[in-house]
Amino acid sequence: MTQGVTPLIHFVVLLVLPPLLLGVVNKTKAWFAGRKGPPLLQPYFDLVRLFRKEMVFSETTTWVFRSGPLVTLSGVVLAGALLPFGAFDAPVQFTGDLVLFASLMALGRFFTAAAALDTGSAFEGMGAAREVSFACLAEVALFTGFVVLVRFSGSLSLTPMLHAPMYLPLQGMSAAALFLVALAFFVVLLTESSRVPIDDPNTHLELTMIHEVMVLDHSGPLLGLVLYSAAIKMFLLSAAILHLALPFTLGVSPFDWFVFVAGVLAMAVGIGVVESSMARLRLRNVPSLLVASAVLCVIGFVLIL
Amino acid sequence: MIPSSLAIELASALCIAFSGAPGLLRRSGATGQAIATALNGAGSALGLAGLYLLARSGEPETALIGLLPVGRVSFALDALSALFLIPILVISALGSIYGSSYWRQREHPANGRGLRFWWGIMTASMMAVVLADDAVLFLVAWEVMALAAFFLICTEDEQPEVRRASWIYLVATHAGTLCLIAFFSLLGHAQGSFSLWPRLPDEAPSWLPTALFALGITGFGFKAGLIPLHVWLPGAHANAPSHVSALLSGVLLKVGIYGVVRVCGLLAAPPAWWGGVLIGLGVLSGVLGIALAMAQQDVKRLLAYSSIENIGIVVIGVGLASLGRSLGLAELVTLGLGGALFHVLSHSLMKPLLFLSAGSLLHATGTRQISALGGLARTMPKTFALFAVGALAICGLPPLNGFVSELLLFVGLLRAAVLDGASDWAWVALAAPALALIGALAAATFVKVMGIAFSGAARTQAAARAHDPGLGMLAPMFALASGCILIGLVPDIAIALLRGALATWGPRRTAATPSLEALVSLNWISAGGVLLIAGAVLIAAAFRRRLSQHPTVVTWDCGYAAPTPRMQYVDSSFSDTLVGLFHWVVRSRQTPVKLAGPFPVATRFQITVPDAALDHIVLPLLRGADRSLSRLRVLQRGPVQMYLLYVLFAVVALLLVAR
Repeated sequence: MTQGVTPLIHFVVLLVLPPLLLGVVNKTKAWFAGRKGPPLLQPYFDLVRLFRKEMVFSETTTWVFRSGPLVTLSGVVLAGALLPFGAFDAPVQFTGDLVLFASLMALGRFFTAAAALDTGSAFEGMGAAREVSFACLAEVALFTGFVVLVRFSGSLSLTPMLHAPMYLPLQGMSAAALFLVALAFFVVLLTESSRVPIDDPNTHLELTMIHEVMVLDHSGPLLGLVLYSAAIKMFLLSAAILHLALPFTLGVSPFDWFVFVAGVLAMAVGIGVVESSMARLRLRNVPSLLVASAVLCVIGFVLIL
Repeated sequence: MIPSSLAIELASALCIAFSGAPGLLRRSGATGQAIATALNGAGSALGLAGLYLLARSGEPETALIGLLPVGRVSFALDALSALFLIPILVISALGSIYGSSYWRQREHPANGRGLRFWWGIMTASMMAVVLADDAVLFLVAWEVMALAAFFLICTEDEQPEVRRASWIYLVATHAGTLCLIAFFSLLGHAQGSFSLWPRLPDEAPSWLPTALFALGITGFGFKAGLIPLHVWLPGAHANAPSHVSALLSGVLLKVGIYGVVRVCGLLAAPPAWWGGVLIGLGVLSGVLGIALAMAQQDVKRLLAYSSIENIGIVVIGVGLASLGRSLGLAELVTLGLGGALFHVLSHSLMKPLLFLSAGSLLHATGTRQISALGGLARTMPKTFALFAVGALAICGLPPLNGFVSELLLFVGLLRAAVLDGASDWAWVALAAPALALIGALAAATFVKVMGIAFSGAARTQAAARAHDPGLGMLAPMFALASGCILIGLVPDIAIALLRGALATWGPRRTAATPSLEALVSLNWISAGGVLLIAGAVLIAAAFRRRLSQHPTVVTWDCGYAAPTPRMQYVDSSFSDTLVGLFHWVVRSRQTPVKLAGPFPVATRFQITVPDAALDHIVLPLLRGADRSLSRLRVLQRGPVQMYLLYVLFAVVALLLVAR
């Protein structure tokens, strides 16, 4: 396979694979609960069904509500172009692309929260408030992790930065630091993709939800875009952690792609296991968890200072 | 003979200084107002033309002018002064246009003429501050600027709240000026003349640079609003007319930053801890500033606290540049100062935009309380769209201008973690997560303003009846918003303006000195912005029919069919979690709710956010000083003869000492 095809595969994987992760998470949870569970491809069926539906809007909404899901999806796809998948380089890389990556995620969050408040519903306001509050701390953990990775790799671009564990020697201190970063990033992943123990995507009570309650008023294609973007976001963060968890290359590109896809799906199984074996934290305890993950990264930084 | 660009700048300053004067002659009529706006606009255009000439020639210019009563004064115009002149000229002109609709002479016959007069004086004195090349001129201009700002802030001096804010401002600015007088005296003593911004001689005693740094940062920090010297800022910004707030926040604070940048340039290789201290101060101002902003219930106070945060971001950049200079790392200098100056330019576009939008909101509804608004996105759609641009920009989100400066600073701070020459200072990279925290808190804050004040349903009659202002107010806001978008999508424009300033301030340039463009790929920023917008538009096009034709229903409220606007989330509930996390600094107070009996009855609940630093630290300190020093009042009797006698004694004493 030539080099020219890699970016193409990158985008195909980026656009096609994410909903499968949701399917795997749900299947894992069903298996833990002793149920049969929905088919693995159910998220795809849901998306297709939503994209064919009509939309209903609340009468208080404006262009903010409509543009929220559009900007979010555009942002996460663009962020996906900056992230290397497995042993392969990202299609776009430049100095500082990690800041753009994080900012595009933040842009999506800004618009989602603004769209939630646009409906004027107290429940959605509550969800938006929680989302932006926890995001502040998650962002700190993410960037502290970036500091460690930058220090370790000596590079300020996502591709060389995340590929560094593959090429650089992993001795005691740096291996420990990377392990702490991977742990912190996993907490960030759970927060950003609204999973247990931070948020519960399955609850039926608006009062306890974060992400799901923000999108109560979205319907049809807009809801589809929201779900799709959330899946892509989860996929991207899983792919980022995978660089720290499986830092090797087989050197043969079909095998490398296989390892990557299998790794991401294994990550989804991991999320499902966490979700099945833990209860959701009380909301007031979530900040402590996020601060702790940032502190882990600081410790990692001190280890390799 | 005065060189050309400098002469044009001075002419422009004179033109603006007296723009309000013709209006003073006649008691009534809109003529004075039109003349003031026209003169201000013409002066600004002239000034910008002068800057263009300077950029063409690229040579710094100096001039000595004989001017009574201070003797010969000297002016200098280099690329750094030129950079700070741009926001002064632009915001003054746009604010003056906005003011001619916002503060009409008809509606404000008592104070309109004074406001326009001091507006011109303040603009011109700020120009004089950045153009000054000797300490006496600098201090005179600085003091005129401070007094003009005082008169602008107390425009509505019939309100006690306004008077209180103006007095606090006056005390703070003079405390700062005292430090600056000491600073310039020391500087003058060390070099034997009052010429400004020299490189200090190497044989200077070792305590001198430290003393100069401490005095300079304190003096200029008061003006810039660095925490803990910020106490005057929120009240002054909130109580001044909105276009004055825009001028204060967009420009006046930047003059303080100008001083900080100059102070850090005094030594060819400053001690490395200067940079560390500045980065620490910047992080402190940034995080606490935005945490306090988050808690505010008054939209203009919120914007004021957000200015403190942005000043913090700028100071982080200046600190990084100073550190780079100490360690001889040109990369850090370029990225740090480049990021800081870019942020100065961006913030002087987006913060005035936000203040002018807040002004339109205040004009239309008569209240600054966020929780009393709501639904303005539909009643004032244009104001809302412009505010949204400013909000996105100030949160540092792509594709707008705030993102570019934060990107430069992030790259600079992260770079500090890996450069060989900076190994002892690698920990400053931890300012990057702090910067991320600042950005995320800013996003939370501005989502709150957008969501609670503008979105949803109107909570009061005033908000329901609001409407967009006329073209006179919308046009300046539109110009500022276009600036934000343009610089965000094509950052090269602003980078071109920075290049000269970076060259003047940075270490001596060699062939190896990297340019800003070489360190960060600006093309990808532009491409990213365009792709982001294009992506959103494409997705919208795919669903365009269903996005435009759709049934509308009432908002889903858990199945409740008749929600009322008063059931919406309000700002204090929105910020409750974050205020809880920062309660050690925000100190908001809640009145407990009294519950009586099994059935609901009417009750009251209130959250107040006091100025903790002012109420708990500064005012008790001042009261203590007042008590302990009151015995010295015997010296302060009032008759002028007494004071003349004091002056005589002082002169005699000085003569004896200096004999």
